[in-house]
Amino acid sequence: MIPTRDEVYETLCVRHTRAVQEKLAAGRVAVAGLGGLGSTVAVALARAGVGQLHLIDFDRVDLSNLNRQQYRMKDIGRYKTEALREIIGEINPYLKIETDTVKITAENAKALFTEEDIICEAFDQAVEKAMLTDVFFEELSREKMLVAASGMAGFNSSNLIRTRKVNSRFYLCGDETNGLESGGSLMAPRVGVCAAHEANMILRILVGEAEA
Amino acid sequence: MTIEINGKQENISENMSLAMLVEAKGYELKKIAVELNGEIIPKSKYESCFLSEYDTLEVVTFVGGG
Repeated sequence: MIPTRDEVYETLCVRHTRAVQEKLAAGRVAVAGLGGLGSTVAVALARAGVGQLHLIDFDRVDLSNLNRQQYRMKDIGRYKTEALREIIGEINPYLKIETDTVKITAENAKALFTEEDIICEAFDQAVEKAMLTDVFFEELSREKMLVAASGMAGFNSSNLIRTRKVNSRFYLCGDETNGLESGGSLMAPRVGVCAAHEANMILRILVGEAEA
Repeated sequence: MTIEINGKQENISENMSLAMLVEAKGYELKKIAVELNGEIIPKSKYESCFLSEYDTLEVVTFVGGG
């Protein structure tokens, strides 16, 4: 027997306080890219009880992803959207999880992000990160917020990773320096630190904290 | 004229568009986002966006990994 919806919610209220939990439960967040950043952000938000998550990725789980992404060996070959939906369902089955197994492009981005208040950029490639930022400021409603990430490769100091408020709608997490281009590999701890920065900034926005 | 780019004072010529500046400074267009006086400028506006004295620019250069 799994716990009921009420039991899960009331337990989260005891942990986080009811005032905070009501805001998290009303949260609507899109996660763009479900790799090391996105899968980790999504799991953190699900554990916190964020009510509505929109998970988007075109790719399937590969063995090489298991060094840092939240997937399991049994997920190899499955779409990341479907594997992550299952993982989250085993943590909290009462959240509203939407998935889109598509590649996000400048053309389809506007239509994909109609419902969510906060968009988490969690792509792998610098060009994709910049593309989503551009579409966000060109086409999306000024009510929406973007939390993005840049610079988390290698095993440099965790303390170089920070959250920076670029402007009133745009937060950037990472060290902004160490990328794939500089030869560093992506590893679970530092990608996880950066993902936690993104997830925490999203929680802060949901509860009404605007500072980084 | 003088503008500020990522916290540093720089001299640039008059009548320079953001597109011209990005090219002159060697930024990789596809990997950046540019904020002018607090507002991110969409890339479709780079050609028509002309810089003025004392403008403050911040160029965010994304690096890969996620």
